[in-house]
Amino acid sequence: MLPKLVTDLVAWIDKRIPMTDSFNKHVGQYPAPKNFNFWYFFGSLAMLVLVNQILTGIWLTMNYTPSGEEAFASVEYIMRDVEYGWLLRYMHSSGASAFFVVVYLHMLRGMMYGSYQKPRELLWLFGMFIFLVLMAEGFMGYLLPWGNMSFWGAQVIISLFGAIPIIGDDLTLWIRGDYVISGATLNRFFALHVIALPLVLVILVFLHIVALHEVGSNNPEGIDIKKPKGSIAEEDKAPFKFHKSYTDKYDIVDAVPFHPYYSVKDIMGVVGFLIIFCYVIFFAPEGGGYFLEKPNFEPANPLKTPEHIAPVWYFGPFYTILRIIPDKLIGAGAMFGAIVMLFLLPWFDRGTVKSLRYRSTLHKINLVQFCICFFVLGVLGTMSASPLANAIGVAATVGYFGYFIALFIYSKNEKTKELPERISH
Amino acid sequence: MSSAPENNGRRRFLTIATAVVGGVGAAGVAVPFIKSWNPSEKAKAAGAPVEYDVSKMAPGQLVRIKWRGKPVYVVRRSKEVLAELANGHDEQLKDPNSTEPQQPEYANNSYRSLDPEYMVLVGVCTHLGCAPNYRPGDFDEVIAGVKNGFFCPCHGSKFDMAGRVFHSVPAPINLVVPPHMFTGSMLMIGVDGGDA
Repeated sequence: MLPKLVTDLVAWIDKRIPMTDSFNKHVGQYPAPKNFNFWYFFGSLAMLVLVNQILTGIWLTMNYTPSGEEAFASVEYIMRDVEYGWLLRYMHSSGASAFFVVVYLHMLRGMMYGSYQKPRELLWLFGMFIFLVLMAEGFMGYLLPWGNMSFWGAQVIISLFGAIPIIGDDLTLWIRGDYVISGATLNRFFALHVIALPLVLVILVFLHIVALHEVGSNNPEGIDIKKPKGSIAEEDKAPFKFHKSYTDKYDIVDAVPFHPYYSVKDIMGVVGFLIIFCYVIFFAPEGGGYFLEKPNFEPANPLKTPEHIAPVWYFGPFYTILRIIPDKLIGAGAMFGAIVMLFLLPWFDRGTVKSLRYRSTLHKINLVQFCICFFVLGVLGTMSASPLANAIGVAATVGYFGYFIALFIYSKNEKTKELPERISH
Repeated sequence: MSSAPENNGRRRFLTIATAVVGGVGAAGVAVPFIKSWNPSEKAKAAGAPVEYDVSKMAPGQLVRIKWRGKPVYVVRRSKEVLAELANGHDEQLKDPNSTEPQQPEYANNSYRSLDPEYMVLVGVCTHLGCAPNYRPGDFDEVIAGVKNGFFCPCHGSKFDMAGRVFHSVPAPINLVVPPHMFTGSMLMIGVDGGDA
């Protein structure tokens, strides 16, 4: 048992703030479905990467100089002269790519098991806002090393706003704070990257988890572990103590407390993730030119456009959609539209069966073709344009948008399998 | 507690009045935050229009003027050059009619300039940003039949005396015409008569 001093201290705190109660409600006595599989690692991994980005980011700011004259040199200074500076920087730059890997897989998990469906729409929306802020973080962070790809990548993306009729030119001037991308642009992106957006991100992650715990975790079967109060015999209930805020309203079946069951399981995921992550940091920090692009090893030069301007891989799918449409405004609209479609996914899907396991073959094919299209769009985004690549890009874009349209049509009267009463095994 | 009777109409009025005044205040406070993103005085000064007295220029002469960190080429085109542009080598050009928006509206003509006599171009190759060389008189060494033009030494892109790009070179589009206007013989680069 804990020494009396500790229990007294905990009691003293609990009288003043609900520490133990909150821990129990959200961790120690939170009912999580017992059948989480591999796909459920990515939420906790995203949290791990977030912590990595915040920590290494704070340490990088200690030696980074956000100015047009000194930014590039200060990054080289971090790489060469600061003790372990290279490691902190590679943890941060590879962390950005890792963030998108785990977030994309986390989103795919949600799509496979219908975790966005009623009543989890708001949970999905908070997640989408997190994704949006992450993209802004990635974009603004990429300008900071002030390499030539930083400069020209930002040039291409900021000029997109110039496609907006009437206000376009004034808007791009306002975003840049200068007639060209300059130190003024760099400084404001730095401020947003290290202060404004991380604050928003942390708040959104908090809301994402609050929303998750309010509606409860979905699972690969897509059936509810919360049954109406009084409907389950005592011996059929999950044999654990759950927080009264859950048991007062429901009878809980087929669940385990998040801690220690999933906290320990997630450690397994963390170990696996770290093996891959460390391999990248130590042996392939540039990711073959996909995580850190080659032209970024020379300073920003407004007079020299890199041979081939490509975004970092995680923007690839959206960049391709932008590029295959010859009209700049429609292209930009389609790119943002691709993200809006994801936002609206809970309303495109009119079905009530959540998990892929019990949905129609048509739905399975649709999701597989969506994944293929997304992957193809991503690959094309990192390649230079050619007539063949454009033709494939058009097909993949149709497939991307087609997923949502088709889903809306067939999900109303979809032929689904019968759902089981309980999670078996 | 006051024993005065409740007056719901008055409460409602005060609530709305407070919200409106607060809202106006919040909107007012937003102004400095939004305006601070506009180009600073320093940036405006560095990006200010530049002027040049073209009356001193001899026919065929090229001057390089620095504007917003970029070289702007100004050439006083001779009658011979204007005739060369008018008589045309359009079939050798990628975009003879300037369909790509590389120039202000008022320069969307066969000379790509406000005043046919003065060529005003940003001297940055649209391929990879090198500075094309001015080749008066001997351009027909690279394009048969065209005597004057620009030849980029980096990757061999070729442009005519209106900055229009020739076929079979790496540069994809015509050179940029910056906004410009004349006040008497003074050429102003970076501003125009509002027809941009």
